Amino acid sequence: MFEDPILNVRPFAVLLLPLGGFVVLALFGDWIRKDKEEQGAAWLACATVIAAFLLAAFTSARLYDLVAGPEGLRFSQPYLGFEWIAVGSFRVPISLLIDPLSSVMMLVVTGIGALIHVYSIGYMAHDEDKVCFFSYLNLFTFFMLLLVMGGSLPLLFIGWEGVGLCSYLLIGFWYRKDSASAAGLKAFVVNRIGDVGLILGMIFIFHAFGSLDLVDIADNAGSLAPEALWHWGPVTIACLLLFVGAAGKSAQIPLHVWLPDAMEGPTPVSALIHAATMVTAGVYLVARVGPLYHQSETAMLVVAVTGASTALMAGTIAMVQTDIKRVLAYSTVSQLGFMFLAAGMGAFGVAVFHLYTHAFFKALLFLGSGSVIHAMSGEQDMRSMGGLRKKIPWTFWTFLIGTLAIAGIPPLAGFFSKDEILLAALHNPVLLGIALTTALLTAAYMARLLFLTFFGEFRGGHEAEHHLHESPWSMLAPLVVLAVGSVVSGYALFPGAHGASVRLPGVLQPVFRLPEPHVAHVAWLPVAATLSGVVGILMAWYLYLAMPELRASLARPLRPALRLFGAKYFFDHVYDGFVRHAVVAGSERLLWKRVDMAVIDGAVNRTASLTRALAEMLRPVQTGFVRHYVLLVLAGAVAVVSYLLASAERLAP
Amino acid sequence: MDQPAFVHDALLLSLVLFALGTLGVFLRKNVITVLMSIELMLNGANLAFVAFSRAAGTLDGQVLVFFVMVVAAAEAAVGLGIVISLQRHKDTLDVDAFNVMKG
Repeated sequence: MFEDPILNVRPFAVLLLPLGGFVVLALFGDWIRKDKEEQGAAWLACATVIAAFLLAAFTSARLYDLVAGPEGLRFSQPYLGFEWIAVGSFRVPISLLIDPLSSVMMLVVTGIGALIHVYSIGYMAHDEDKVCFFSYLNLFTFFMLLLVMGGSLPLLFIGWEGVGLCSYLLIGFWYRKDSASAAGLKAFVVNRIGDVGLILGMIFIFHAFGSLDLVDIADNAGSLAPEALWHWGPVTIACLLLFVGAAGKSAQIPLHVWLPDAMEGPTPVSALIHAATMVTAGVYLVARVGPLYHQSETAMLVVAVTGASTALMAGTIAMVQTDIKRVLAYSTVSQLGFMFLAAGMGAFGVAVFHLYTHAFFKALLFLGSGSVIHAMSGEQDMRSMGGLRKKIPWTFWTFLIGTLAIAGIPPLAGFFSKDEILLAALHNPVLLGIALTTALLTAAYMARLLFLTFFGEFRGGHEAEHHLHESPWSMLAPLVVLAVGSVVSGYALFPGAHGASVRLPGVLQPVFRLPEPHVAHVAWLPVAATLSGVVGILMAWYLYLAMPELRASLARPLRPALRLFGAKYFFDHVYDGFVRHAVVAGSERLLWKRVDMAVIDGAVNRTASLTRALAEMLRPVQTGFVRHYVLLVLAGAVAVVSYLLASAERLAP
Repeated sequence: MDQPAFVHDALLLSLVLFALGTLGVFLRKNVITVLMSIELMLNGANLAFVAFSRAAGTLDGQVLVFFVMVVAAAEAAVGLGIVISLQRHKDTLDVDAFNVMKG
């Protein structure tokens, strides 16, 4: 295997730079705090991530050179030189895995991460504890890089847990607000449920296949027996367990409930963690062990159906939300569903392609919404906005580009990735129908958000109108960069094998050890996709700008559906009811009153009273007279000696 | 001298000594006398050891006797210390006066 010295060192530098930033901020935070503005902390954090991005870009360039070159490099496994765990045949070396998939993820994490770090300088300018905020952001970047670069499942898992921790810390960053700390807790608890699945999946994979190394798993998956639908073989079980983890992290039904609440965190956090990077970790995981999934029809179907139903459900909920960030949160859930739909149809490369384009436009939309909230002095309710187009033009234009990109209007990025997903779902009419409907809904709710926020008359009152202001350059610059990315990322070409330039899915194809997919050209599909986007936007335009009175007349017949969407399909109610009635009441009535008090306490108390009764009986033996004791000792000695003599006689020949 | 006869006599004497000691422990009221009776029992046992040692022609029994003597000396030291303490505590040395451990 060809080894490249550059690829063996540089990835560790990429990984450790943000960690270094975190360590410095955590250890010397007090010293930086003496600087009143605390801008030192912000600049340091930005510098580490930007440096990491540049290194990651050089690393990726080197990787693609070698992949396209005569060496035909497939992947590189930088090794730090020691093992983390070595127990029998279970070995976890500290080694990374650098291949096209992790390089794309690395670029997304550091690139989008760097922009959001810069944006945070402006957004968090008035916050009290910037040192803490930026140290968490740096720590998050480190763990996310570990997640996408880790060479084995245990290392991936450390990153997985680490980003979960940072997510919790940052959602609850404004911890004095009760709703924020509750949302952090909810995210943590729901993610734990998913993590149990991931741990069990890892244990099961080690038990069944004997290795947790990602390259081993991918290389050997092809030789495992394929498992047909409803055949519960080891591959299916392993994949489904891993998918529980992926669904928890990537907010898929039924573990999606934490993501909308996570919007309590500062907006840059929502953009970085809960839109562009961390929530896509589930998609990355499924794609990473894609060859394994490919062997199990059941697992693929579960992934596809979960993705499609999540996409549709979240899309409908987004239609009725009034909080600008919650619309985007449900949009994220919906788009993640799209990615899983693609993965479930076997198009792992397409899933990652959508992950990559989505990272641009969703980060753009979140940062744009942050800029709106900044202009509105903290107001997040779209009903109090309107007509902001003229007041904050930079934000408006970039936001418009993001909206068109996510709506799938050509030639923006979202069109390409969504088109590929539809193409992958082509042979399943039901899923294709759901995907097209969701595409229409996506365009509709995003256009609704755009119209409510930027068009019409301002509804926030004179006081708020007076305060409206465009954001500082540190917030606008990332918006512009991301807007450019949202336009061009769909075209981006990567050097593929044999010197050809290919789009992202083609570059990733070797990672999944699958044959090059047969690319069907269906002329009507891009047209249908574009049409659904345009129709969605037109629907929103009619309902919210052209004929608002139509909305009221439609609301009456549609009331049951609107109620269902408004209540978020009653997931929170059901979980709340389950926890309150089944868990709390069951614990109280059965486990506490019956099991604990009757059985366990009863056993302990019975033992004590039995001992007491026995002691009561034996008490008179203790008379206090020395000669009685002597008598007993003597009697005992006589008894022992006579027993020994008796047995000696019996044993004697 | 006839070996078994000698052992027989010695054992008989040791039994008498031991029995006398035991009776002393049971019947005497004074703590010091009880301690002396215990010494008597130990010496009865020592005599048996020496007799058996002589009969078997080994030194094991005699070595053991030295041990018993040392332990008896230590026991006497501790015992007499306790006796002094008892005397100070209750102004009497009657064994039956010390019955606070009654259950």
